[in-house]
Amino acid sequence: MSSGAKIRDLRKEADDLIASASEQLAALRLAELWREESTAATAAFVTSRFEKLRTKIPLVSYRLAILRSFTLEPAIPFLRALAFVHGIDLNVHVGDFNAYAQEILDSNSSLYAFAPDCVILAIQTGDVAPELWNEFPKLSPESVSGTVERVSSSFEQWIRAFRERSSAALIVHSLELPGHPSLGLLDAQLSTSQSATIEEINRALRRIASQHRSIYVLDYAALVACHGYLHWHDERKWLIARMPIAADQLIHLAREWLRFLAPLTGRIAKVATVDLDNTLWGGVIGEDGMSGIKLGSEYPGAAYQALQRALLDLTRRGILLAVCSKNNPEEAQEALKNHPGMLLRPGDFVAMRINWNDKSQNLREIAAELNVGLDAVAFVDDNPFEREQVRNALPEVMVLHLPSDPLKYADAVRDYPAFQRLALSEEDRRRTDIYVAQRERSQTQRNFTSKEDFFRYLEQEAEVAPLAPETLARVAQLTQKTNQFNLTTRRFTEQQISDLIADPHYRVLSLRVRDRFGDHGLVGVAITHDQGEACEIDSFLLSCRVIGRTVESAFLSSLACAAAARGCVRLNGWFLPTKKNAPAQDFYSQHGFQVQMKNGEGSLWTFDLRQGRIPAPPWIRLRVNEGEQN
Amino acid sequence: MTPTIFAQVQQIASDLFGIPAGHVTDQSSPENVEAWDSTQHLNFVLALEEKFKFQLSPEEMEQMRNIGAVVRLVENKLQQGPQ
Repeated sequence: MSSGAKIRDLRKEADDLIASASEQLAALRLAELWREESTAATAAFVTSRFEKLRTKIPLVSYRLAILRSFTLEPAIPFLRALAFVHGIDLNVHVGDFNAYAQEILDSNSSLYAFAPDCVILAIQTGDVAPELWNEFPKLSPESVSGTVERVSSSFEQWIRAFRERSSAALIVHSLELPGHPSLGLLDAQLSTSQSATIEEINRALRRIASQHRSIYVLDYAALVACHGYLHWHDERKWLIARMPIAADQLIHLAREWLRFLAPLTGRIAKVATVDLDNTLWGGVIGEDGMSGIKLGSEYPGAAYQALQRALLDLTRRGILLAVCSKNNPEEAQEALKNHPGMLLRPGDFVAMRINWNDKSQNLREIAAELNVGLDAVAFVDDNPFEREQVRNALPEVMVLHLPSDPLKYADAVRDYPAFQRLALSEEDRRRTDIYVAQRERSQTQRNFTSKEDFFRYLEQEAEVAPLAPETLARVAQLTQKTNQFNLTTRRFTEQQISDLIADPHYRVLSLRVRDRFGDHGLVGVAITHDQGEACEIDSFLLSCRVIGRTVESAFLSSLACAAAARGCVRLNGWFLPTKKNAPAQDFYSQHGFQVQMKNGEGSLWTFDLRQGRIPAPPWIRLRVNEGEQN
Repeated sequence: MTPTIFAQVQQIASDLFGIPAGHVTDQSSPENVEAWDSTQHLNFVLALEEKFKFQLSPEEMEQMRNIGAVVRLVENKLQQGPQ
C-alpha cells in the first residue's frame, strides 16, 4: 500500500473509531498516523481529533506559556500533536513579539494572568546582545566583558523576578553560537572569541538557573548543532516573517520542548523493559547460538552495543531495566552472563521474564514485582507485532517505536521523552543497586523460618537526622509520592518544607536505613509540631522499599524520646485513611497509642510520654543525629 | 492514483483551518474562512513547502489570496521543476 493511501486509511479509521466511541483505539490510530507522517497538516488533524477524545482517555492537562523574541507560532501545532501522542493535553499561550521582559517583570501581565504550569523563554542572541552578534570585531575587551556582564545580569533579573511572581517551572533557551563568526576562521584563533564570549553568558545562565528552584536551561546551541546550522536556519523566512527556523526543523524544536514537558508533567518511565533477540543483540540466540548472534564493536554487532550503551545510560538516571523476552531461559541467561560483546550484564536488570508467555502478561508481572504502575513502564522491542499486541492489551504502557534499521535503535532510546530527567537524587543514581540488593534480601529471607532471625541477620541500621540542605529535595519528593505507608498523606514542595522549618515549633526528620546487603538510602520522613505540652506528628511516612522491616518502630521510638526530652508529655498523631494507605492503619494502635477522637476525616491517637517510652526493636541499631535543622 | 493538486491543497487547508474538505473551494479565502488569519497563513505556506518540496518567495506568498490562486501557484512551481 502506498504511504498516501495508508495515511488516508488511518485518518478514516481514527474518525470511524471516534464516531463509534472506541476512544482508546482511536488514540492508538492517531499515534500511528503521526508516526507515519509528522507534517504540519497532520499535526492539525491529530490535534483536532485528540481534542474530541479529551474527556474520554487519560491525559495530563498542562498550561504552557512561551515568551520569545522571534516568530515561533508555527512550532506550536507540532508541539500540541506530539504532546497529545505522549498523553499530555497542552494549553499554549504565546507572549507578544519581543515583549518577554515586560511580561516577566509586570506581575499584572497576561503571562501571570494565564497561570502557566511552565514557561519557555526563547531569546535569540542577536536580539539580546546585538553588539556581540553583529559587531564583535569592533568591540574593545572592556566592552566585551561589559556586554557579558549586562546580559548575564538581565537573565538574573528576569529569573529572580519570575521566581518571585510565579511557582511555575521556567525553561530558558541558552544563547545560540554563530555558524559564521564575524572574523571567520580567525575567531577560533582568539582566546576571547565571539563564540567563547557567548558561551560565557551561557555558563552564567546555567549558574543562575542552578541557584533557583525549577529553572532549567535548554541548550539551544547543542540543539542547532545536532540538526545542523545550515539546515536549521532559513534566512528567507527570517526576513519575511521573523521566523529564523526552517519549516522542516520546527518539529525538532517541538520535540526538544516535549523532552522537558515529559518529566515536568510526570509522564516518565521508571522501568525500561527490553526484548533480547534482534533487540539487545542481532539474530536469535536459540538458532544462531553464542557465536552466531551479532554483538560487538564492529558492524553489524555495533548497532546492538550502541543500544546497550544507551540503556546503560538510563540506569545512571535512576531508570530500571528489565528483560521481557520469548526465549529458552538457559540459552538467554548464558548470553547475558558470558557473551563477550555484552555491555549489560544480569546485575543491570532488576527483573527478568524470559519465557514463552504473552508479553503483556510478563509486563504486568514485572510492574507488580517492582511495585510501579504500568503507566511507568516502557517497552522496547524490535518486533512490530509484539508492540501492537502490548499497545492493544495494555494501552497505559509506553511502547517505543523502534525504526527498522538497528543502527537507529540507540537514538530512539536517547530521544524518548519519558526517559528524560530534570533532577537526579542520590537515590536515583543508586536505584538499580537498591533493587538488586532487595532481590537478594527476599531470596535470603526464604532461608529463615522466623522473621526475627531474619531481622537479626539483616543487621539493620536506622539513622534519624534533622533536615539538611542536601536532603531537602528527597524529603519533598517522598512526601509527594509516598502513598502506602503514609499516615496523613500531606504533600509538601521544597519551598513549603523550607518555610516549615523556619518555625521553631516544627521539626522535619529523615530516616536512612542500611543493612548487610546495602544502603536503602533516605526512605522515611517525619514532621512534628510542638503544641505546648503535646507534640503532634504532622506527617509520618516510609518508602514502600522498607515496609515490614520494623524500622518504622525505631523511627517512632526516636520521635517519642526527642519529644520527651523537650518536655512534652503527650505524643499525638492523626491517621487519615486514603484509598492506598491501609498498610499504615494499625500503626498507632500497635505502638500503644489510644484513640482520642474520630471524625469524618480520620482518627486522632495519643501516647502518654509520662507512662513510658516506645521501645525500638532490639535488632535495629538506632542512630540519632542531633544536628541543627536550620 | 495520485490525488490532484487541488485535492492535496484542499486536504491541507481542511486540516489547518479545521473545516471539512468538501467546504474548501476555489473561492475559499481569508475573507470567508474564519481560521485563515495571518498566523495560519504562515502555517499554510510552511505546509505547502513541506508537502511539495519547494520554497515560496514573498511575492508568491502575496499571490495566495484564495484556494484557486494557491492551486495555480503550486502547479506553476511544480512545472518549473526542482529548485
